[in-house]
Amino acid sequence: MRKQNFFYLLILGLLASFMVACSAADNAANATDPEEEAVDATEESDSNEGSDGDTIKVGILHSLSGTMAISETSVQQAELLAIKEINENGGVLGKQLEPVIEDGASDWPTFAEKANKLLQQDEVATIFGGWTSASRKAMLPVVEEHNGLLFYPVQYEGMEASPNIFYTGAAPNQQIVPAVDWLLENRGDSFFLLGSDYVFPRTANAAIRAQLDNEGAELVGEEYTPLGHTDYNTVIAKIKNENPDVIFNTLNGDSNVAFFKQLKDAGISSDDMTVLSVSVAEEEIKGIGADVIEGHLTSWNYYQTTDTPENEEFVANYQEEYGEDAVTADPIEAGYFGVYLWAQAVEEAGTTNVDEVREAAKGISYEAPNGTVTIDGDNQHVYKTVRIGEVQSDGMISELWQTEEPVKPDPYLDEYDWASDLSESLAE
Amino acid sequence: MQNTIYQKIWSQRVILNLIFLLLLAAPLFLSDFRLNLLGKFLAFAILAIGLDLLWGYTGVLSLGHGIFFGLGAYCMAMYLKLEATGGGLPDFMAWSGMSELPLIWIPFQYPIVAIILGILLPAIIAFMLGYLTFRNRISGVYFTILSQALVLVVVTLFVGSQNLTGGSSGLTNFNTFFGFSVNSATTQTAFYIITVIVLGLVFFLSRKLVKGRFGKILVGIRDGENRMRFLGYSPSAYKTFIYTLSAAIAGLAGMLFVLQVGIISPTMIGIIPSIEMVLWVALGGRGTLIGPVIGAVLVNAAKTGFSESYPDIWTYFLGLLFVLVVVFLPKGITGLFEKWNDRRKKQDVSSSVEVEKSYS
Repeated sequence: MRKQNFFYLLILGLLASFMVACSAADNAANATDPEEEAVDATEESDSNEGSDGDTIKVGILHSLSGTMAISETSVQQAELLAIKEINENGGVLGKQLEPVIEDGASDWPTFAEKANKLLQQDEVATIFGGWTSASRKAMLPVVEEHNGLLFYPVQYEGMEASPNIFYTGAAPNQQIVPAVDWLLENRGDSFFLLGSDYVFPRTANAAIRAQLDNEGAELVGEEYTPLGHTDYNTVIAKIKNENPDVIFNTLNGDSNVAFFKQLKDAGISSDDMTVLSVSVAEEEIKGIGADVIEGHLTSWNYYQTTDTPENEEFVANYQEEYGEDAVTADPIEAGYFGVYLWAQAVEEAGTTNVDEVREAAKGISYEAPNGTVTIDGDNQHVYKTVRIGEVQSDGMISELWQTEEPVKPDPYLDEYDWASDLSESLAE
Repeated sequence: MQNTIYQKIWSQRVILNLIFLLLLAAPLFLSDFRLNLLGKFLAFAILAIGLDLLWGYTGVLSLGHGIFFGLGAYCMAMYLKLEATGGGLPDFMAWSGMSELPLIWIPFQYPIVAIILGILLPAIIAFMLGYLTFRNRISGVYFTILSQALVLVVVTLFVGSQNLTGGSSGLTNFNTFFGFSVNSATTQTAFYIITVIVLGLVFFLSRKLVKGRFGKILVGIRDGENRMRFLGYSPSAYKTFIYTLSAAIAGLAGMLFVLQVGIISPTMIGIIPSIEMVLWVALGGRGTLIGPVIGAVLVNAAKTGFSESYPDIWTYFLGLLFVLVVVFLPKGITGLFEKWNDRRKKQDVSSSVEVEKSYS
């Protein structure tokens, strides 16, 4: 009996020391009383987030483990590269940037937890992070509650504009809508929609359906497979049956490897049918194999081959830092210039105060590798050039078409008549 | 005689009460952020107690408790979402093609209904599954596989019906609970206190349950189901009851989780979290009630601690922790002390043991 009691006593002791250690660590980090902290987090910290002496802390929150790590790690690297370059050029407001790295672990509540930690404990000036819509949706209430900033670098389905988030990836009208228009003009008007089963493909396809309907084009099929699905024989049989002109592909991750291999094995090449993908970039092509996907199309704002002096420098620097084989891609570039946009807004505002940075960021332009990007003050997305590209045998994507100038972001598709009654038309 | 005084002062009950009081007092010396984390761990600990009743005491291994946790969490999240939109249509429904609130969402406008359903719904599903399987004497690994299949079905269903459940993004961005802002520090502290009290109650009642005759029957079923049947007990009834009870506890934990974390998505209820839940119980020591509580808090604290200190390689540390415990402490952390206990006892009474041995 006595020994068992001793055990319970030990737990008690451990628990007590754990709590004391925790609170001591908190106090050391913030040098304030716990009671004051609540006030601190909501009011005081607004004045000068992250500015601690000679450095400004910025949070980097991507999945470094789990299924999303393969994609998000390179975005994280690009962001660190931008921070390094900025620091070498004297930092921001004369202070060096100090990245605080956290792992979102491909798990959405973890993103919320770590965003909370970055804002409350480290009091970072801004967070660069996220990839999936789910991770962004998890972080949104956190950054809004603590009036933090988040720079989100990936194309997504739209329908969102938080005052605390800057979206440096493409809104649907900067990737999907122009791609459908281009396909209708150049490749035919019968479409097959194929996507992974989650929010982005489902919402994107809902918009595509409305758009096709409006253009009088034909939708011959729509299929969803679970994330990570690898057997596409049934879907390919259906595709063969329907024989569409275009497959609009919103598959994500590994599924693309399986789908393109099996499509090729089924004897369908890019000459027979065009597959346009919106989640396949240079990084993914490495995994799929260039010979398998050669000749198929993609729609993005940036390719490694994009011909601007800024891109030449960016690719050279990126490969110098991360090896000759490293490729750049759209989300990597969006993560990279996001850091510069933020730094520019902070310089403009003269402080890291979130409200002032947000105000200063309106209309700011930066010469990014993909061309000029400008922050739209209304929805905090950026003006970007849209590009349709074709996969080459060396794994690079060559541009077939691009918009004449950067396209104004329109996350809610307000500019399009066919989208105005999107919700009603879908209910039918 | 000192021994007895020592025993009286440090009896289990006193220490458990002290732990309870210490947890209650935590808001005084933890920052809001850490308190919120601890609250989340304790919500997991509640679920672990329920799982221990089922696995540790009754010997039924369920790899599907994620969905009961999820059902409770979704019930609460649906209410919170409706509260945030003021009874209007949640944003994801609008752009998923719904024009009015679907029928199954309507009851969740009322918080009391949501709370009751958050416990009742997992319980009903567990009862149905348990009744059908246990009555047909499906047990052991077959039941485990069934419970795993249930997870797959439910997760696919939740991801697929985006217009009803928010799909893979789940439900998030909440506002108020009974009119209180869910994100404010005071409300969060209140949620924490509620979590501690619920944990205390669940622990106390479960302890009462297993200390008595009922607990003995459960252990009997675990160790010799057929013998219990021949003795005139109905193992299937007991198993169904415990399965239902542990599902209800999981639902309760899910509700407390959502209130404190502010998000629920299908990744939180899937196969991996379901297995993780069993790991907490195994790591802490099954069949002890306090073990799973320690396991849940320890594993999750380790997860947070490691990933904050070493964001690049923390998964290796966590893996190492699991391997070490499995290899060296097959009975979990509480097993370590039992072992140590036994050895001390043996030393004390080694002579008498030898005498006994010679008799037998």
